[in-house]
Amino acid sequence: MLYTARIKDHHSEQKLFVQRSVIAGLIIICVILTLISRLVWLQVLHYDYFAEQSAGNRIRFEPLPPSRGLILDRDGVPLALNSPSYQLELTREQVPDIDATLQGLANLQLLDREDLPTLKRDILRRRSFEAVPVKLSLNDDELARFAVRRQDFPGVEIKPRLSRRYPLGVSGVHAIGYVGIISEADQKVLDADEYAGTALVGKAGVEKRYESVLHGKAGYQQLLVNAQGRRVDQPGAHSSELRRKEPTAGNDLFLTIDERLQSAVEEMLREQKTDANGNTYIDQKRAAVIAIDPNNGDVLAFVSTPGFDPNLFGRGLSNAQYRELVNDADKPMYDRVMRGVYPSGSTIKPFMAMAGLYYNVVTPTTSEYCPGYFRLPGVARPWTDLHVHGAVSMVTAIKVSCDVYFYSLANQLGIDRIHDYLSEFGFGQLTGLDIDGELPAVLPSTAWKRDYFKRKEAQQWFTGDTISVGIGQGYLTVTPLQLAHAVATLSKHGQGYKPRLIHAVRNSVTGEVNELPPVPLDPVKVRDDSSWDAVIQGMEEVAKPGGTAASFASAPYTVGAKTGTAQVHGLAVGEKYNASQLAERLRDNALFIAFAPVEQPRVAVAVVVENGGHGGTAAAPIARRIFDLMLLTPEQLAAQEAKRQSIEKRITPTTTPTRPSPSAHIPAATEPIVE
Amino acid sequence: MELDNSRTQRTFTWTARVLSALQMDGPLLAGLGLLALISLIVLYSASSANMSVVLSQALKFLFSAVVMLAVAQLPRRLIRNSAPWLYGVGLLLLVLVMIKGSSALGAQRWLDLKIIRFQPSEIMKLAMPLLCAWYVHERPLPPSLKDVLVLTIIILVPTALIAKQPDLGTAILVLAAGGVALILAGLQKRYILGVLLLMIPAAWIGWTHMHDYQRQRVVTFLNPQSDPLGSGYHIIQSQIAIGSGGVFGKGYLNGSQAQLEFLPERATDFIFAVIGEEWGLLGLITILLLYAFIIGRCLYIAANAQDTFSRILSGSLGLTFAVYVFVNTGMVTGLLPVVGVPLPLISFGGSSMVTLMAGFGIVMAIHARRRLVGR
Repeated sequence: MLYTARIKDHHSEQKLFVQRSVIAGLIIICVILTLISRLVWLQVLHYDYFAEQSAGNRIRFEPLPPSRGLILDRDGVPLALNSPSYQLELTREQVPDIDATLQGLANLQLLDREDLPTLKRDILRRRSFEAVPVKLSLNDDELARFAVRRQDFPGVEIKPRLSRRYPLGVSGVHAIGYVGIISEADQKVLDADEYAGTALVGKAGVEKRYESVLHGKAGYQQLLVNAQGRRVDQPGAHSSELRRKEPTAGNDLFLTIDERLQSAVEEMLREQKTDANGNTYIDQKRAAVIAIDPNNGDVLAFVSTPGFDPNLFGRGLSNAQYRELVNDADKPMYDRVMRGVYPSGSTIKPFMAMAGLYYNVVTPTTSEYCPGYFRLPGVARPWTDLHVHGAVSMVTAIKVSCDVYFYSLANQLGIDRIHDYLSEFGFGQLTGLDIDGELPAVLPSTAWKRDYFKRKEAQQWFTGDTISVGIGQGYLTVTPLQLAHAVATLSKHGQGYKPRLIHAVRNSVTGEVNELPPVPLDPVKVRDDSSWDAVIQGMEEVAKPGGTAASFASAPYTVGAKTGTAQVHGLAVGEKYNASQLAERLRDNALFIAFAPVEQPRVAVAVVVENGGHGGTAAAPIARRIFDLMLLTPEQLAAQEAKRQSIEKRITPTTTPTRPSPSAHIPAATEPIVE
Repeated sequence: MELDNSRTQRTFTWTARVLSALQMDGPLLAGLGLLALISLIVLYSASSANMSVVLSQALKFLFSAVVMLAVAQLPRRLIRNSAPWLYGVGLLLLVLVMIKGSSALGAQRWLDLKIIRFQPSEIMKLAMPLLCAWYVHERPLPPSLKDVLVLTIIILVPTALIAKQPDLGTAILVLAAGGVALILAGLQKRYILGVLLLMIPAAWIGWTHMHDYQRQRVVTFLNPQSDPLGSGYHIIQSQIAIGSGGVFGKGYLNGSQAQLEFLPERATDFIFAVIGEEWGLLGLITILLLYAFIIGRCLYIAANAQDTFSRILSGSLGLTFAVYVFVNTGMVTGLLPVVGVPLPLISFGGSSMVTLMAGFGIVMAIHARRRLVGR
């Protein structure tokens, strides 16, 4: 019967089937409910999360770089501003072959072949979707050259940007500084969000020190992008939600510099000349000139020549151009005002005299006999003077720059007392000027020599070392900035101010100008206030007929001054000068310090002309020009100008640059303002 | 009013007559037509307003409809007798494709017949339920152990061949078609339990024989964030698309995930996510209910069929369709691993559509013949 049990039973089969179908239906309902609960989980319970994820997908933040604050002179003359320019930007993720693309751009002479490895490193360092500027400030010709071949360079685009422009070029470059492309080192310290989209950053001078004030605040805009990260312009449901935050421009800076003074000085240090072959060239003196307002520390002029064009850096300097600047024998990049360390020569004497009075080693009335040399007991070789001055008082000693008087004074003071008192004027220290890179130079002391020299026998201070310091030679060095600051302090009877290049900040949003208060320093200590009178009287005598700076003889204001002529100690090892330059570069440095008017000082200056010879002839006329511009009325200035031109006419036949003569290339000591 | 009513009545009756003359089942046809319409509307958005994609899909629907209509006219006997032949030819082609098939995307699935290229595995989707139904048709049910063993071999051989291509998605569907036929035939509960227990060692064997990319899919399914830009990208982006659609959706043509190309394969395997983004929860539930209706109608037809062959065949065709839907929606919603199974009748593509519609043609043939056999 087992066999019959296996016969097909249609009725029970159908029942079985229906039963199974019902179960299947129930399972299907369960699966659908599971699916729906999953959908509820996704679309209802976690809607906020996924909506945000979806927005994050399609919205990309593009930085809007702020426009950089302007730099203006004290009267509002623009020294650094922004101008629209075009730059080439490369986005790595859109470039199929970086090497080929860069080569191609080099073939179009848009890039320097030599810069390609550095550029490639820069590009690889940035995030792949970031646009990296590869060439700044394209000129019309370069723009056209690229535009024609544009389709060969996917991922490389021309973008309009604001670039930095210095309308006066070289003028004041060491104070203003310059901006350059953000380097690897810069990136480590800069806030990546604030500098996204910014190509340039302050590299030197005010541009560097006040970077945070000038930069401003970056904004952003939200862009609609597709999965490939490309911008989509779809005016529809997605674009209404896109937000935009405008950037805030950086604040403007008012420099203390008076551009009129600055250019006048620069003009005087540049002379057009003709060489033996009849070619004209610019003879650029190597010099440092700084003028300070003694009443607040404002730096009115800050000249270091030769200079360089800061616009080159903002345009993206090629390696070759940079090398040329750095290797120039005249060192145009070198800031002579605050980094130039020179022997002070006789310009130190007024301060030495102040030290003598403070320690009561000399009095204004006591005289010293000058036989033309100074001898130390037990030292065979004497310290010599140029002249035999006979009996000299302090005033005369400053006036005629008697070395013997100061050899003796230094000897009586001793080096440590000299160090202590000259420190009061800021020698041997940073003055605290508000840009980076200042050098302290050397104000020697026994302690200094002990620390400075490694060899035991060289560490001991000899009395002989002190004697040359008395006239600003030996170990003593100063920077022109220190000199000007010291003269300003002296002119105000010891009340100094911290030198500064910025006197006001203008808020870019409100337009409100915020004047920065001057920073007074501790007054210089004196035994007795009459000490100032004696020293200043000596400095006044310098500027009078019979003094060492005759340039001021006819000035309609009173001047206190001191000339200096310092030996050049020889060339540093490794410096290469060609033979014809050698003689000139071994000449003495000319130095000059002055302030005016004596009664109510308004300007103090320090001038150093490298290899310029005597301070009274090479450096003093520059100070004279500054004082004239600062202190004379326009009418007086016009009269002065007329007089100068008549003098020039008189001397024209011998100095005309157009007539070649064997002596034409030898710098002539033309001093237009000498009467 | 009454005139209007009677006119409606007349139109209705006339339509029913036409349908029955064409051997068509009205409700099933309506459900399929609705799906086709939805497919065309959604495809327009998923293809970023590309009309040629929509037209191409419409042509495929048209062709498939003709195939369905043709199949529906076939006598049931012919259908039944063709089962072993169809299975045999399918198996032969699978072996052929194994030896010399053209490779697309690293998998040997296609057979190039000069005129058309098609996937022999598609034949199996139909041949499998056909053969299973044919095999149990003459035999007493529930099936004996011997029958179960024979059926197991019938099911596993083509499944293994397809899985080896490798085409995991189709292999699962072919396996499911055979499996549901077996269950509907009344497979004893103890065998079902045994198969479920066998799944554990089978899963292990499967894992060790998987291709790297298949294994990667499983890993990604368990933790999509392990490779968010690689194999996890599909799952993450499709969940973002669905989730950000919310209850009412972002609106037609406004799904940013789809329109801005964040969602991959949005016209094919992941089209369910496009619907979720643009039409929201309500849109997805509507689609699911429509599928449920079609599946339910197939089961209803099966339950009312006259003989074992028709019952089991239309039942397993309907349930395979259900597996089809759930494998895709489960994958797109992140409930199942990513396997290449399109959303039936909505995703862009013709090969599987023809098979599916032919299947529905069979179901309709079964339904239409019921009265002829009647008591």
